[in-house]
Amino acid sequence: MSEKKRTQVDDIDRSMYDFHYDESDQEHLEAGLTPEIVREISEKKDEPEWMLEHRLKSLEIYNKFPEPDWGPSIEGLDMDNIVTYVKPPTEQQASWDDVPDDIKNTFDRLGIPEAEKSYLAGVGAQYDSELVYHSMQDSAAQMGIVYSGIEEALHDEKYEGLIHDHFMKLITPSDHKFAALHGAVWSGGSFVYVPKGTKLDYPLQSYFRLNAKGAGQFEHTLIIVEDDASLHFIEGCSAPKYNVANLHAGAVELFVGKNAHLRYSTIENWSKNMYNLNTKRATVQEGGDIEWISGSFGSHVGYLYPMSILNGRKARASFNGITFAGAGQNLDTGCKVVLNAPETSASVETKSISKDGGVSTFRSSIVATPKAEDSAASVSCQSLMLDDRSRSDTIPAMDIRCKNIDVGHEATIGRIGNDKVFYLMSRGMSEEEARTMIVNGFADPVSKELPLEYAVEMNNLIKLEMEGAIG
Amino acid sequence: MANETNPLLSIQGISASVEEKQILHNVNLDVAPGEVHVLMGPNGAGKSTMGHVAMGEPTYTVDSGKIIFDGQDITDLTPDKRSRAGLFLSFQAPVEVPGVPLTSFLRAITTGREGLDMKRKEFRKRIRSLADELDMDRAYLDRELGVGFSGGEKKKVEMLQLLLLQPKLAILDETDSGLDVDALSVVSHGMKLYQETCNGTLLIITHNTRILEHLSVDRVHVMVKGRIVAEGDASMIADIDQNGFEQFEQAAANAE
Repeated sequence: MSEKKRTQVDDIDRSMYDFHYDESDQEHLEAGLTPEIVREISEKKDEPEWMLEHRLKSLEIYNKFPEPDWGPSIEGLDMDNIVTYVKPPTEQQASWDDVPDDIKNTFDRLGIPEAEKSYLAGVGAQYDSELVYHSMQDSAAQMGIVYSGIEEALHDEKYEGLIHDHFMKLITPSDHKFAALHGAVWSGGSFVYVPKGTKLDYPLQSYFRLNAKGAGQFEHTLIIVEDDASLHFIEGCSAPKYNVANLHAGAVELFVGKNAHLRYSTIENWSKNMYNLNTKRATVQEGGDIEWISGSFGSHVGYLYPMSILNGRKARASFNGITFAGAGQNLDTGCKVVLNAPETSASVETKSISKDGGVSTFRSSIVATPKAEDSAASVSCQSLMLDDRSRSDTIPAMDIRCKNIDVGHEATIGRIGNDKVFYLMSRGMSEEEARTMIVNGFADPVSKELPLEYAVEMNNLIKLEMEGAIG
Repeated sequence: MANETNPLLSIQGISASVEEKQILHNVNLDVAPGEVHVLMGPNGAGKSTMGHVAMGEPTYTVDSGKIIFDGQDITDLTPDKRSRAGLFLSFQAPVEVPGVPLTSFLRAITTGREGLDMKRKEFRKRIRSLADELDMDRAYLDRELGVGFSGGEKKKVEMLQLLLLQPKLAILDETDSGLDVDALSVVSHGMKLYQETCNGTLLIITHNTRILEHLSVDRVHVMVKGRIVAEGDASMIADIDQNGFEQFEQAAANAE
């Protein structure tokens, strides 16, 4: 505690996530992007014709889109070097015993089978481009809940129509360049259908692991929660670190019915060579609500703004997120809400932490259409910078086009107060313990929304980030 | 009379400054085990600075002198090491740490500490009984440290930590300031308990004599403008009560 201003906080040891297995026996497609590659992906998957058409049209749109001219630089991402499709050496299994050892070990080390036993109603696990495991408890299946690989559902005539009517209807290929890319090369992901009036008490979880070097992961998650139904879905992701760029451009489409409830929790811990250009969107009908819980720790560059479109009277959206940007990371995160019906409400509370030269930008957009009378929106963003080399920015946008609406925004950017560190140290805590406690407390509004096991994981990630931070 | 051969805390010729501005001038102060000392003086005299310097607050630079505690030179030790050596400072303005429940904080400061490491159940029992003892609503134990606490509740939390950590010596920095009569009596009760149950030694920093009414004070030190300008026994308290600190200001002016 010799200096009051800290000029540098070192990067952490991520060995817990940073392991990988040999991928040479896996089936790769050529790097780069051509109609031939897209046709090959579709053919391997034996898809309906409409999906192939969708892919080819998306590719056309992708090729016309310019690179984004805002946000963090993605210059280091060369699509000609990204392998869009890497098939793990197994078909999807319903028992961990049937999953190849390397892959099973990966998920074991990440604690997934253990979590499945103790508190999850169902688990999906994706390794590179394909799901390797999918299973749900019988009790949930008996309730009529469907939780399966989305490709599996696409091949089931009971669900093909449902998927056709929803797939990339919320996030269309013409939304932005990486949505178009996703439309062209998407692979894997989960499909969830919760029938009317059905409430699932335990969460479902999908975990996405990108093991292959220089590869992209483009999973598609489609969740339909019918009227009066309720679901908690958890998404986790991680990858080992390589010295070449990896890309994640997944898409998450959520349909929340009347008076339905969906909580969507994410702990994102991609390695720091990852470009995370993910798109998530929800539409909510009358009286329904979407709750986003989001922890972003990994990635080299991140663009992530889950969007909620409130289309029915009294629909609600809340977003609770935390972003932790360390050395070499430029994380541009936030959320978007469209208030498109009367008496809707949105509550956004985010925290961002930056250290060791990391850049964390909070970007939000609140749009109230002329239909959104008597609605309310509040946005709060707090940033904490752990040293003088790091950066935090807040870019909130509000576009209000109706009367009688209550909107509020507050943002604070600060540092850890020396008075707080001294107080905690005067009670016997080391400086590192004191700072970790303050940062954990800062993150608490988000971590307390997570299931206990994930809150523990998040606290551990923070602890890892803070270790060796005193120098 | 202080046991001069073996003080528990010995502040020896301490001069300290903040941002090149000198606050403390050659302060000498000895406190023997089991004694109650009072450091008095007008606002801005440097009393709180003395307490914070003793605890090792890095905002202040010690320019000369040393601090001996329990036979050990602690002048260069970080605050956590001073705490683990058995020194405690009750803050005039305890901080708020959002998101950290009081119980988790208390658990963290006792875990791994010699003689204080308790099993979870025993710990819960202990802090509940301390809360009851200090007339503190147990609901506070689950609230975030300091956040939304009244001045009185904050001071009670300081006393709770004092009784939980059982230090060898406690410096109470203006613990009585801004308290209503009820909170004041709770703080007095906490101080008594500390003396009785921990064989406690106290250095009380105050500019108000009220908190001293129920205590048997061994020695009074008066600080003006960063200097100890007068010392004496408990009888000084009544004198200060009647005549204030003006009588010492001349001495301070002479010393400059």
